[in-house]
Amino acid sequence: SENEPSWETPCSELLVYVSTPGCDGFPSLDSKESYKLSVSKGSMLLSAETVWGALRGLETFSQLIGRDENGTYYINETEIVDFPRFPHRGLLLDTSRHYLPLRAILETLDVMAYNKFNVFHWHIVDDPSFPYESSTFPELSKKGAFNAMTHVYTASDVRAVIEYARLRGIRVIPEFDTPGHTLSWGPGAPGLLTPCYLGKAPSGVYGPINPIVNSTYQFVASLFQEVSSVFPDYFLHLGGDEVDFTCWQSNPQVLAFMTEMGFGEDYKKLESFYIQRLLDIVSSLGKGYIVWQEVFDNDVKLKPDTIIHVWKENVTPYLIEMANVTRAGYPALLSAPWYLNRISYGQDWIAAYKVEPLSFQGVPEQKALVMGGEACMWGEYVDVTNLTPRLW
Amino acid sequence: HLTVTEPVAILKAYEVWGALRGLETFSQLVHEDDYGSFLVNESEINDFPRFAHRGVLLDTSRHYLPLKTILTNLDAMAFNKFNVLHWHIVDDQSFPYQSIYFPELSEKGAYSSNLIYTPTDIRLVIEYARLRGIRVIPEFDTPGHTQSWGKGQKDLLTPCYNGKQPTGTFGPVNPVWNTTYDFMTKFFKEISSVFPDTYIHLGGDEVDFSCWKSNPEVKEFMKKQGFGTDYAKLESYYVQNILDIVSSYNKGQMVWQEVFDHKAQLKPDTVVQVWMANNYAHELSSVTGAGLTALLSAPWYLDYISYGQDWKKYYSVEPLNFPGSEKQKKLLIGGEACLWGEFVDATNLTPRLWPRASAVGERLWSSSNVTNLQDAYKRLINHRCLML
Repeated sequence: SENEPSWETPCSELLVYVSTPGCDGFPSLDSKESYKLSVSKGSMLLSAETVWGALRGLETFSQLIGRDENGTYYINETEIVDFPRFPHRGLLLDTSRHYLPLRAILETLDVMAYNKFNVFHWHIVDDPSFPYESSTFPELSKKGAFNAMTHVYTASDVRAVIEYARLRGIRVIPEFDTPGHTLSWGPGAPGLLTPCYLGKAPSGVYGPINPIVNSTYQFVASLFQEVSSVFPDYFLHLGGDEVDFTCWQSNPQVLAFMTEMGFGEDYKKLESFYIQRLLDIVSSLGKGYIVWQEVFDNDVKLKPDTIIHVWKENVTPYLIEMANVTRAGYPALLSAPWYLNRISYGQDWIAAYKVEPLSFQGVPEQKALVMGGEACMWGEYVDVTNLTPRLW
Repeated sequence: HLTVTEPVAILKAYEVWGALRGLETFSQLVHEDDYGSFLVNESEINDFPRFAHRGVLLDTSRHYLPLKTILTNLDAMAFNKFNVLHWHIVDDQSFPYQSIYFPELSEKGAYSSNLIYTPTDIRLVIEYARLRGIRVIPEFDTPGHTQSWGKGQKDLLTPCYNGKQPTGTFGPVNPVWNTTYDFMTKFFKEISSVFPDTYIHLGGDEVDFSCWKSNPEVKEFMKKQGFGTDYAKLESYYVQNILDIVSSYNKGQMVWQEVFDHKAQLKPDTVVQVWMANNYAHELSSVTGAGLTALLSAPWYLDYISYGQDWKKYYSVEPLNFPGSEKQKKLLIGGEACLWGEFVDATNLTPRLWPRASAVGERLWSSSNVTNLQDAYKRLINHRCLML
């Protein structure tokens, strides 16, 4: 027909040119993901500084290809110079509230790659279950997983996730959230959690990790030594959110410790005491860390490159928190408006899209401290039967 | 009636449909021990549904649903003792129903030529449902919600006007032309023979009068009929004609509540489906007070998703909580969980509908005093695992 385009000679190959070798390495926060894509008569060229940029360019290239009614694949002449606005573009999956089989995680990594996400924030354990099979402390998953045979991530599962992610230019940042959100740690680590008291007797219920005993810090050091070697990324997420003080307040030994340390009635000081020791341990393991915003809000002493993860939406508007965090000189990650587990009727993607992470009051140096953000899919109401259509 | 003892278990029912319900219950009683043996506890069960009409509405116009999705959901419905599939098969957006008399309707009105339901597909759904004791009630919603009909049937929809000129857009079905009723007579003859259930749903909801008001022929007709400026009267005139047509094929009619609200003359066995959430108890009183049969959907629009355990609010509905006599309450024959398709297709239908619809299923089957949420929660989480 007259409107049919006259096809040029078919392009048979896309030349990929990468200036810095790195196929065997891991992506990092500093990785350069820019690329150039040139498609013209007779030649298609993708060039990037790093393999990670090439991956992004390949993804774009794959999206540019169309197919006409005759089945012919075609691509328009195009000149693209592309690079990400934010270096940390993450997705959080929660495998504690509900176990997610490996295939669900791997499928998610695929879709993340389609959308140029580059960080998988693996919120791997929490109150309800401990699926992470630790070689140092096998009892943790034995006693803490929903089912120690079927609902765990073995060392080889974890390696599979890390490698599958790496091949897609995705960093895997595990989160071992403490001192709160640790109920499932208790059964496999007796003496770790604070026993709550009812009057003078233990009630049988447990609270956050016990910050006053040395055994806690020995345990934490050993566990994080293992975690630091299992997960190659420079960063670990240490949690630190939603610590409920009531159990600490009920425990006589804790009360005595508070007096001894001169903390008075301020349990934030006790929380800081724990977190500071945790941060020192992790630092000494050569890792950087990300923490939820409470750690910053509660005046814990932090290293200057600690990344603060802003998630709260109710009390303080998150933009104000972003301003506060960056004004104090810390890098920040934004998740507050992107809690995708909070479903609602209709086209809620619009509200997520309209978020402007830098629309807070601050000088350019502050804005430069915003590393990016993460969409969070908390697992209270999510498992493999509904994860994918809920997230994408 | 189900008795489980040694050496046999006995299931007795008046009709095969009761046997199906009993088999479903029996299947849920069977559990596995740690060694893999299947066990049933000694039991004596006398069971019967509280409401006779326990339905699920699926919308295959906003998004086409492949056969597999429909059949999977019929299975899930059977697990929850639902017994009516209300198939909202066509609407504004698309017309996937392949009509024998009017093939152009789907040829021009479906999203594409492979996103249709052929006569074979329809028969398959009806038979699959029948084997599960599920009635299939199709809904051909008119006079509103009919944009897709106009693609394949010229001169069916009302041309809208801007002053003296047609704008090129169309409104609801044109109620003033004889050809409209000729078409509907033939069309519903087909529908009446394709779908074996006694009832057909005729829609009648959300009719936008603005196009009618703009059309000079319609305005002329309004004058002639003495309807003044009350277009609800024109809507009722249309609806009454359709109801008569469908009656003549010995089919019962179901309609959305507007048909009743706008005072059309309804036959006493017309079923009025109450869907508007605002003060629906009051609407139930009005409908049953007028001696008409009612169906409740208003609190059960499952397409309205929200965060958390919303099954609880569906479970907590007490359908008979409306002012009325004993006689009136008997006229509420049941309800339907509706999953409208604006944001639903094969990629997300099943986890969106289930197990939330299970809450509605139990509310419609079980006795009115089965209301304990903690107990329901325990049973629902087990039930979900069984369904998976």
